[in-house]
Formats: sequence, C-alpha cells, structure tokens
Amino acid sequence: MELLVQLILLPPIVIAGLNGVMGLFWPAWRKQEWLLGGLALAAVAVPFAVTCLLFFGFEAAEVVRYFTWLQAGDLRVDFAYRIDELSLLMTMIVTGVGSLIHLYSIGYMHGDDGYWRFFAYLNLFIFAMLNLVLAESLPVLFLGWEGVGLCSYLLIGFWYTDLKNSAAANKAFIVNRVGDFAFLLAMFIIFKTVVDAQGGVFGLDFATLLQPETLALFAGPTGFWVTVLLLIGATGKSAQIPLFVWLPDAMAGPTPVSALIHAATMVTSGLYLLARLSPLVLNSGALWIIATVGAVTAIMAATVAITQNDIKKVLAYSTVSQLGYMFLAAGVGAFFVAIFHVMTHAFFKACLFLGSGSVIHSMHHVEHELEHKGLIPSHHGPGSHDTPLDSEATQNTLRHSPLPYDGPFDAQDMRTMGGLRKFMPITAITFGLSTLAIAGLPPLAGFFSKDEILFRVFEFGQSAHIGYMALWVVGLITAVLTAIYMTRAYLLTFEGTPRWPDSMDTHPHESPWTMTVPLVVLAGLAVVGGFLGLPPVFEDLGLPGSWIHGWLVGHGDHLGPVADSLDPLWASVSPYYEGEHHVSHAVEWALLGLGAVVALVGIGAAVYYFRFGKRGPEADRKARKVFGLFYTPASHVWGWDQFYNATFVRGTVEGARKVFAPFDKNVVDGGVMGLAGLVRRAASGLRGVQTGVVQTYALAIVVGVVAVVALVLFV
Amino acid sequence: MADLPGLLSLVIFLPAVGALLVAFLKSVDAVRWASLAVTGVTFVLSLGLWLGFDPAVSTAEAPQLATRLPWFGSVDISYFVGIDGLNLLLILLTTLLGPIIVLSSWTYIGKAHRGYYALMLLLETGVLGVFAAFDVFLFYIFFELTLIPMVFIIGIWGGEDRVYAAIKFVIYTLVGSLLMLVGVLWLGFEAGDAVNGGVFTTDWYKLVQFGVPLGLQYAMFGLFALAFAIKVPLFPLHTWLPDAHTQAPTGGSVVLAGVLLKMGTYGLLRFVVPFFPNASAELAMPIAILAVVGIVYGALVAFAQTDVKKLVAYSSVSHLGFVVLGVFAFDTIAVQGSLIQMVNHGLSTGALFLIIGMMYERRHTRAMADYGGIAKTVPVLTFFMLFSVFASAGLPGLNGFVGEFMILIGSWNSPTVGNPLLVAVATTGVIFAAVYLLWMVYRTFFGEVTHEANTTMKDLNGREVGLLVPLAALMLLLGFWPSPFLAQSERAVRSLLETSELKAAAVESAAADEVVVVPVAWPDEVALTPPPAPAHDAAH
Repeated sequence: MELLVQLILLPPIVIAGLNGVMGLFWPAWRKQEWLLGGLALAAVAVPFAVTCLLFFGFEAAEVVRYFTWLQAGDLRVDFAYRIDELSLLMTMIVTGVGSLIHLYSIGYMHGDDGYWRFFAYLNLFIFAMLNLVLAESLPVLFLGWEGVGLCSYLLIGFWYTDLKNSAAANKAFIVNRVGDFAFLLAMFIIFKTVVDAQGGVFGLDFATLLQPETLALFAGPTGFWVTVLLLIGATGKSAQIPLFVWLPDAMAGPTPVSALIHAATMVTSGLYLLARLSPLVLNSGALWIIATVGAVTAIMAATVAITQNDIKKVLAYSTVSQLGYMFLAAGVGAFFVAIFHVMTHAFFKACLFLGSGSVIHSMHHVEHELEHKGLIPSHHGPGSHDTPLDSEATQNTLRHSPLPYDGPFDAQDMRTMGGLRKFMPITAITFGLSTLAIAGLPPLAGFFSKDEILFRVFEFGQSAHIGYMALWVVGLITAVLTAIYMTRAYLLTFEGTPRWPDSMDTHPHESPWTMTVPLVVLAGLAVVGGFLGLPPVFEDLGLPGSWIHGWLVGHGDHLGPVADSLDPLWASVSPYYEGEHHVSHAVEWALLGLGAVVALVGIGAAVYYFRFGKRGPEADRKARKVFGLFYTPASHVWGWDQFYNATFVRGTVEGARKVFAPFDKNVVDGGVMGLAGLVRRAASGLRGVQTGVVQTYALAIVVGVVAVVALVLFV
Repeated sequence: MADLPGLLSLVIFLPAVGALLVAFLKSVDAVRWASLAVTGVTFVLSLGLWLGFDPAVSTAEAPQLATRLPWFGSVDISYFVGIDGLNLLLILLTTLLGPIIVLSSWTYIGKAHRGYYALMLLLETGVLGVFAAFDVFLFYIFFELTLIPMVFIIGIWGGEDRVYAAIKFVIYTLVGSLLMLVGVLWLGFEAGDAVNGGVFTTDWYKLVQFGVPLGLQYAMFGLFALAFAIKVPLFPLHTWLPDAHTQAPTGGSVVLAGVLLKMGTYGLLRFVVPFFPNASAELAMPIAILAVVGIVYGALVAFAQTDVKKLVAYSSVSHLGFVVLGVFAFDTIAVQGSLIQMVNHGLSTGALFLIIGMMYERRHTRAMADYGGIAKTVPVLTFFMLFSVFASAGLPGLNGFVGEFMILIGSWNSPTVGNPLLVAVATTGVIFAAVYLLWMVYRTFFGEVTHEANTTMKDLNGREVGLLVPLAALMLLLGFWPSPFLAQSERAVRSLLETSELKAAAVESAAADEVVVVPVAWPDEVALTPPPAPAHDAAH
C-alpha cells in the first residue's frame, strides 16, 4: 500500500521537476514537445492506473504514513494519506479527467513558447490536488489547498506578457488567500479545542478529529464557528459568494486549465473539505448558511451566464452556479449528492470547456487567416506596440469593422461564431451532448445529480425546516436558467449561419485527434455518468439503487466516510434524522417528472427564442431591451467587482499610499528624527565634539566601552 | 562524535583572522578568493558543530562544545561560548550566508575591495560571537562589534544616501545598546550580590537561575528589551531599517536581513524572557500588539513602495513581527516556530535581496517602474524570484509556512498572547504578504518589456545560479522536512520555557528580600526522533 500511494503521488512531482528544471536551464528540451508532453501525460496516467487498482480492489479504509512534517510541543503533523471511498473517488476524478486533459493539451498547446512550463505547472497541480484529496490531516490538506492555488496562479498568468492575465492571476491568489485565512483560523480553533480537552499530541488528523468523543467537542458554538470559517475557506476555493469574483477572471488562463482546474477539480475542493468533515459540519448548526450561500450563488451566477458573450465566461459563471448547487446539497446534509454532482459536473463541464477550447483554437485560425487577408487589423496580443488600439489607423479600421460588434476580433466571442457545427462536427456533437447533460435532460448525467439535489432539498424542507422550500424553488428556477443559458451558448456557437467576416472563404477546422478523443470520452461519461447515482425510487422498477450512496454514505451496517442528514446509518451524528422517509414515492416520481419538464422548458424556450440559431446576437439585444431591469445589472455581475474595487481594493491601495506610507515617513520616522534634532540643538554646546565623521563616533564607542570595562574591573 | 571544545572558537574567529589576512593582500582577485576560502572553510567547520551537537544531551548545566576561559580575574566575566538548541541553527545560517555573501559581492563591489571583504569577515565573527556567547558581557562586546563593520559597509559601499542611512543606523542602535549595557552591569551587580557571593557576574547560567525581584524586573526588562526591539526592529522603532537596507550594498542587505535582525529576536528569547519572566509575561500583550501592528503595518507600507528593495525591507518589519509574537507566547510550538522562522526569514529574504542585487547590477536602478516584463528576458532570475516570493509569502511546502503556522497556532494557545482577535489580525499577514509581493512581481516581471534597456538584460550566470541554488534547496527542505531542524531545539526551548515559568512562579510568591534561585529545568519526556511509521507494518 505504501508503495502504491507513492506511485500515485510521486510521478507528477518528479516529472514536474524534471520538465521544469530541464526546460528552464536547457532550451533544447523545450522543443521536444512529444517527449515532455508524453512524460507529463504518463505522470498522470500512471497514478490513474494505480487508483483504478485500489478502487476496484477496495476493502477497507487505510492510512499510509511517511514522515513527520511539523513537530513541536503538542503538535505533530505527519505526511500521512488516507485511502478510503471518498478519497479514492476524488482521486479517480482528478487523475482520470486529468489524464484526458493532459492528452488534450498536447494538441492544444502545440507550438506555444511555454509548452514546457505549461506541463510542469500542470503536473505540479496534479501533485498538489492529490495531496489535497488524499491528505489524512488538515495541514497536509492545506498544503494541497494552497498548492493548487499556486498552480492556479501560475496557469492563469501563464501568458504573462499580457498584464491582464497577470492581474487575473493575482486576483485569484489573493482572493483565495482571504479564504485561506479563514481556513487557518479554523485549524487554530480545532487544535486548541482538542488539545485543551484531550491533551496529548494532536496533528489535526481526521482519524482523531472524526471520532465520536472528539466530535462531541464541536457540538456547540465551537463547531458553528469552525464550520463557518471552513465555509469561508471553501467559498474562496470553490468560487461562491462572497469570494467567487476571481473565477470569471481566471478564464485568462489557457482553456485546458479552465477545464481541469477551474471546472473539474480544484474548484470542487471546497465541497470535498465539507464532505470530508461532514460528521462535524452536520452537527454544527451552520447548515442553513451553507445552503443559502449555495442557492443564492447558483441563481445569481446563472442570471449572469445568460448575458455573457464570451463563451468561456458563460462556462465560468455556469461553473459558479453549478458549484452553488453542490453547496446547496451540502447545506441540507446531502454531502454524497454534492460529491455526485462534483463527479457528473467534472464530466460535462470539462467536456464543455475543452469543446470551447477546440472552438477557440479554430477561431484563432480564422483570426490569423483574416489578418493575413487584411480584413482585420493584425495584432500581436493586446497591449502591442505595433497597433495600439487608440491609434488612428486602428480606429479607422474599427469604424468600418466587419465584425458584428465594436472592438477587435475576439476568438472567444460567440457573436463572431455561428454555424460551426458544419466545420467541426465532433466538437459540436460532444458540446451539444454536454449541454443537454448540464441542462438536466433525462437520462443524462446532469439530470440525475441535479434532480437528487433538488429532491434532497425538498425532503429537507419537509422534515427539517420549511424555509428550505424557498431554496428548493430557487434551485428549480436556476435549473430553468441553466437550460436556457447553455442552450443559448450552444446555438450561438454551432448553429445558424457563420458571423465572422468573409465566412464564405474563411473556414475553421476540426481539431486534431489528441483534442477530439478526450471530448468524445468525456461526452460519453456525461451521458452515462448519472447511472452511478440512480434515484432510490428507481428500486420500484427493479433497478439497482444509488451506487454512490452506498459507496460514500455506507451500506448495510458498514459506515462510509461521508455523513448524511437523513440516513439511519448516521442517526447518531445527525440532529435532523427523525425516522424513515417523509416523502412518498408518488411525490418522488412527481419531482423527477418536474425536473425533466423544467429542463425541457428551458431548452425549448431557448431554442424557440433563438429560432434554433437562426437568430443571433440581435436576439440578445432584444432581450436586453425587454428585460433591461434584470439584464443590465446581471451583465455587470450585479456589481460585485465594482463593490470590491470601491471598498477593499481601493481602501487597501489608497490607505497604503495615502495614509500608511506618509504616516510612516512623516510621523513615525519624522518623530524620531525630530527627537534627534531636538537632542542635537540641546547639545549645540558640545558642537565641537560632533564632527559628523563616523570614524570619530566609532572611536568614541571604543573609548566608552574601555571606560566601562575599567569601571567594572576597578570599582 | 567526540567533544571538540576548540571547534566553536575556531569557527567564530576564523573569519576575523581571515579579515587580517585579506587586509594585507594586494590583488583584488586574491582578496575575493581568500574571502571565499575563509568563509567556505568556516562553513564546513561549522557543520562539525551540527554533528557534534546532540539535542538529547542536557544543556541545563552547560552548553555543548563549550569553551570557558576566565577573562577578568577579579570579576566573574568569562569568555564563555557554546552550543545549545537555541543557537545552533542561527550559527549555521550565519556561516552558510558567509560564502554566499562573498560570491554575491564578487562583481557588485567596485571599490576598496580589501576593506569591504575585511569588514565583512569581521562582521561574521561578530555575529557568530553574539549567537555563541553564554556570557552576557561577552555578548555585549560582540553585539557592538557587529555595529562598526556594518556602519562602514553601508556608509562607504552603499547607495546615494549612504551616509544618512549609516548615521541613522548607528544612532538608533547605539541608543539601544548603551541602555542595554547599563542593564547588563546592573543585572551583573544584582546577581553577584544575590547568587555569586558578592562577585559581579555575567554568566548566563547564573543569571538565568537568579530570580530578579519584581520591581527590578520591569526596569531591566525595559533596558534590555529596548535594545533588542530596535534591532528586530519592532514597530514603531523600525524606521532605520528601510534606509539601511535600501542604501546598503547587496552583501550588506543580505547580512542585515539574514542574521543581524535575528540578534534582536534571539536576544529577546535568550535573555529577556528567561531573565525577566514575570515582566515578560506581564508585558507580553503590549509587545505582541506592537508586533501584530508591525505585521499589518509593515505589509501595507511595503505595498505602497515603488522601490523594490524598500518593499522587501518593509516586508522584514512584517515578518519579524511574527517572530516577536511567537517569542512572547510562552508556548513551545510558538517559540519553536519563532526559532525556525528566524532561519526561514534569513533564507528567503536573503535570497530576495540577492536577486534584487543582481537586478541592480544589470540595470542600476531599484525602481519597479524601470523594469516591467523582464520575465521574458531573464527567465532564470524570474524563477528564483518567484520561488523566494512564495517562500516569503508562506506557501505550504516552502519554509515560510512552517514558521508562520507554528507561531500562529502556538500563539492561539498561548497563556500570554492567546487573544483570538490579536492572533486573527496577525493571521491577516498571510493575505497582505500575498498582496504586496505578488503586485511587486506583477509590476517588475510581467507584461511586455517597456524599456529598451531591459530587452538586452542578461540572465543569471553560473556564479549567480550557484549561490541561489543552495538557498532555494534549503527553502524546499525546510518546507517539507523541517522536523530534523525542529528537533535540534525542542528540548532547549522547553527547558527555557519551563525554567522561566518556574522562576516566575517563585518570584511571584517570594517574600520581600528573599533571594530566588531556580535551577534550570530539563525536560526528559520529549520524543526527538519520530516513532517508526505504523504503515511499515501494514505494508507487510
């Protein structure tokens, strides 16, 4: 077991180091794209294979311990890793989806100057993410937590010659640090609580923390505050209100990064953290906060997604919204459903992002061809010196812009796309399937996971607190919005007629196999992935029950790693469990039907409104006119960024520049120097002694020391 | 390993001997190579100290690898140096930085080479003496000895405002250290009367056992703590630091940030806390507040800087705030964190100053506005910069996190400074550190190259890479596997804290005129070597 876990953890870090160091110091290495890309892929594929081995041969949870990290006083943190149902499932997702995205990147990043850097960062990310999901203690989890943050920073700012990207990278890291600050405080409280009560050495390890007697310490307000602080940490990493603002900007990174880090894996770590500590969270009294944060984020981000024109921005807000669903699930104590949605979302959202990457890739070819033909001004990246945007030449071209909007050609803008299905059928079909999956069309993956979330919220509303019914309604509305914005994105991109200039003679192309194979695999998973979590009511039809429920929550009398608010197995932990089912099977069936109807309504509405793609951006403009009251603030993300800029950002920047720095110079330093001046004036009688020559002072010191020594000796 | 009593003295004085040698050499190359050889040999010899030191052996009676020679016949002042858990790592840090500083000065120093290298070597002896001394008077002599070379290094080889910065540095430090001298003498007489048969004594072991009466503790605490607070520097006594750092040549900045500031925090831990435990515990809160103010304040002022070197200088104010917080926490985890953080800060801030020096050598400017986009032209330099920046920002897996985490979690548990609000404010330091460091990187390294001169900037040469690699390797090692380093000091720290607590309680309950003497405690139940991993059994 020890060796197997090493085989999971070590390949990514070793290859990351190799590719990084070789690439940095030996430029010839950078040209070996297939070699270094292949190595990087192997560094994720090997762990995936090992994880499969462990996954299918799983018998009982095990902890593997390597060496001691931190040790002092009562604190002792080991590099120890936990192999159980939850960590294995997450490792499967990380390495499985990770392998596909590595393969995709080999094609996508072809020819980029920073090819070697990209794969070094990507492998480093996998290493950090594996630490996060396999960790046996909170500090090691935090190592992974901040490690993925580092890689996110490096990859968002990957094309660093454009300052916009670097600014987005900074924003991501700093906003996440706000969450990490809360995470740290939570660890401090946990440590003090446990050490004060139990004494002895403690390493914030889950084995100790999740024991019944330890959990009892967190039943009161302590547990509430720990949960709230961890939730704040989770809202940073998982892009929820109030810390979601970094994720849309993070789309500045290369698209495979958006798929891997900012959709499928890293952003789900907040959910993983809550699920890992679910026995504690369940009893903290803070569930309603988690659920509210999730529901509000879900609907807020969904409204924004409808208004976006950048295809990646649509997907980014969609991710925020879907993560909101997961928090909603966690907030009703259905942590396994949250993880189920983590998994299905990893499939269809990774597919959507990679699909958008494929589209962007081909639109870049269109852009180059148009530049070559002189139909749009050529540029070498934003901020280029050749043709600044405000120069007269550029302005003239823009005035006669052949584009359907003002501004330079943007390969990510859906307003220049349209009709791409003809040119890239594989991308279109996989993207379309994933769209239907996320929209919740039965029997695709998103239908089952989203429906299970809504069902659990409904059930919780019935049994725990009626207030949750309001969140259920919010969830339903969000489901309609989801179907609408994703269908809109698909239609604007792939259907209708092409809208880029010279579209008769300028054609995009389908991407190479390294990119389409991952698309096909992920789309397949997006279709069938939902069968791992069939609704319990399907047992009426003689179908198997929810596999993922049994795997994570437990089955028979075997207790899984994830607590559940309404499961008899966890009755001892859950204050919400009050005996068997409250919701009749008829209602369950009705709710399933309602879910299907909601998806169909949303898809249908969008298809009708955009006339299956025949109407393009002009339909959006009409929507803006009609729904201006909502549309305009939604398109400005409800003012979150403006609010933060006007308060925290401006406060820090101006405070530092206009208050603290002058204060330091004039008051603190000025005070001391003023005092020195006073002494000097007072001592003006002794001016002859004050020569201003440092050597004299030094001499004076030596004389003084000798005098004191003499004093000591002879007195 | 056999006890080598002379080894420590050899390590301490070898650089001074080297300074003499260097002063008589003719050619510049000979000066450089001789300095490199001397510092290199010193470092290698100092590794013997690591091998010779056994953290399991009690230092309650005397330090290890000690030398003790009577100095002034009639009074109890001696040349008393030794190694215990508190100073071992700092001594090694000093000797490690020796050759690195020489190499970093190789082409940076353009005039009066002999003087520069001789002073640097003399400075190394001074710093080593400070850390090794077990006699407070000896400590004081070494403490002052470090001042003189540093002043000249800033004043002669510094930037445009070097004389102003040097004088400011002298005046600030002298004010503190002369007050400390008064404290040393006062304490020596008091202790002599109480525990040494009327003979003046500055022996650390005698002083540490002597319970200074409550009233005197506060006065003496003030005299000692002020000197160290200036050296650290603790807010609001920090304004000499940005000037000294900015004006000093690279080597000077590295030694200043790397080890000189640690003399302050080390002094607080070695002398102030155990000598005056009651006053330290009582005044821990006000000092911790100043430390925490320094953490946030230093970070915000750093953020406002346009001079990259000044930014890093203010970051030291912020980082050292953590160390002071930990020292006054009276908690093993926090103090251990402080000790390791002293080393960490020396490595990461040292590296930052080295890299900034390399940039300065190429472009002769410290203004961030004069750079911009240089990641493209100097990728290797950029790599080391990012590495050090993240170490400094406390990224787990690199060294800075280990110290900060232990200081904060220990302080949260602390009987003296364990106020949740205070520690929470201190923890915001992790946010602010990311803010000022990442925006510095943004302004300096990313974007398009905007200045013509930066397009031809040369990347690091072999010498420069060679001197950064050991620092980076140590940052990584201390980040992932700090436990062997922490084990060196675990018992010494516990001993110090237990002795202080016993003494504080004894002084508290002592009758008037009662002389309190408390033996140095030595904890025995400390697991210094981790038990074997249970997974080994599971695997078979």
